[in-house]
Amino acid sequence: MNPSANLPPRQATVNDALSRILTFKINDRDVSARDGETILSVASRYNIKIPTLCHLDGLSPYGGCRICVVELKQSGKLVPACITCPQEGAEILTHSQRVVESRKKILELIFSERNHVCAVCVSNGHCELQQLATDLGLTHIHYAYRYPHLAVDASHHRFVLDPNRCVLCLRCVRVCAEIEGAHTWDVMGRGISSQIIADLNQPWGSSPTCTSCGKCVQVCPTGALSEKGKSVAEMVKNQEFLPYLQEMRDKKHY
Amino acid sequence: MNKVRIATTWLDGCSGCHMSFLDIDQRLADLADKIEIVYSPLVDALKIPDGIDVTFVEGAVSSEDDVRKVRLLRERSKLLIALGDCAVTGNVSAMRNSFGVQEVLDRVYNEETAGEKVMPTVGVPRLKTHACPVHSYVNVDAFLPGCPPPSDAIYYLISELLEGRIPDMVGKSRFGA
Ligand code: SF4
Ligand code: SF4
Ligand code: SF4
Ligand code: FES
Repeated sequence: MNPSANLPPRQATVNDALSRILTFKINDRDVSARDGETILSVASRYNIKIPTLCHLDGLSPYGGCRICVVELKQSGKLVPACITCPQEGAEILTHSQRVVESRKKILELIFSERNHVCAVCVSNGHCELQQLATDLGLTHIHYAYRYPHLAVDASHHRFVLDPNRCVLCLRCVRVCAEIEGAHTWDVMGRGISSQIIADLNQPWGSSPTCTSCGKCVQVCPTGALSEKGKSVAEMVKNQEFLPYLQEMRDKKHY
Repeated sequence: MNKVRIATTWLDGCSGCHMSFLDIDQRLADLADKIEIVYSPLVDALKIPDGIDVTFVEGAVSSEDDVRKVRLLRERSKLLIALGDCAVTGNVSAMRNSFGVQEVLDRVYNEETAGEKVMPTVGVPRLKTHACPVHSYVNVDAFLPGCPPPSDAIYYLISELLEGRIPDMVGKSRFGA
């Protein structure tokens, strides 16, 4: 799978003198955007916060989790803000009741799909999924949990993959393929039975492509990828390297 | 003033949520004037009484006896609160769910046992296939996550309930707190 196929360019906010300027509304406020800019990046320029999970600045857009849905007022459609470019005259609602309720349902579905046990998770207290639950005011999961039986892969000498905590955001797949250039990770299966696999579905520790750079661990929003031997308090992810690497590459400073 | 009749129970939990409840310390003394604990592992009552105002449930619903208890408590209580992550999400108690009951029992009573291998069958309630959150069996009026929920959050919840309000607990605790 090539996650960057058929998607908007990686640098959605690229400065292009020739691009057209669009005007539209977010939450009844007049805003403007360059052609090709996503709703998410326009909103963040205007300090309008839209929650995200799979999106990460510096990686290609994916649009997989749908936590970032916003409502197009005229058509009543819900669209993912991180991969949708606005149209001239559009009216976008980032926090309508429908949007807020949909985000909660999506988040609850994500929780119900795997085995999340925050109390004993290495990411407890610094997990993006857990934080989203707090931010969106989740009190409980309405859906029945699926309790899949998934084995932990601790074969790598430095890192651990625990698929019980994976939300299939594919940040690991993208950072490994696009930034590290190793493309160790990919996806196996379809729909709800999709799983992250190393190379040809083999133990991570036996991967001939992994360089042990650790980028996937740092970008993983949950406890699915972690460093061996780190306590819960220590397992804080550092994602600052990404915008830095992106900028160095865009300006051809490497 | 009539005292508010409170019940508490622990199902498949570790009692940690009850300990956190006791951790509200001297404020318990103020509460004692306003509430009466009519059923709880902390008091002597053996039977679930009628006319409970608020029930706090710690732990997941894991055995046939848990199901019976939680249904009866629901029937006899005006309000029922899921207290702590095991009650709210299943949490650690639900970690057995992806294995199946027989595999778990075998592991505990056969494989990991050094001496005589005896599977208890008499006087113990039968386990359900899954340990489930309380709301999958009965209607829950408020959820307080946390493992355990901080005692301040428990105190706030009780104080609000005594004022006749069901508080918004968002931001007071979280999953895994
Ligand atoms: S990954 Fe996050 S949400 Fe899932 S169990 Fe760990 S801390 Fe909780
Ligand atoms: S450690 Fe680096 S090379 Fe190995 S899988 Fe993760 S991102 Fe790819
Ligand atoms: S392992 Fe982590 S980064 Fe990779 S898809 Fe799962 S949650 Fe996302
Ligand atoms: S953040 Fe937009 S779809 Fe995941």
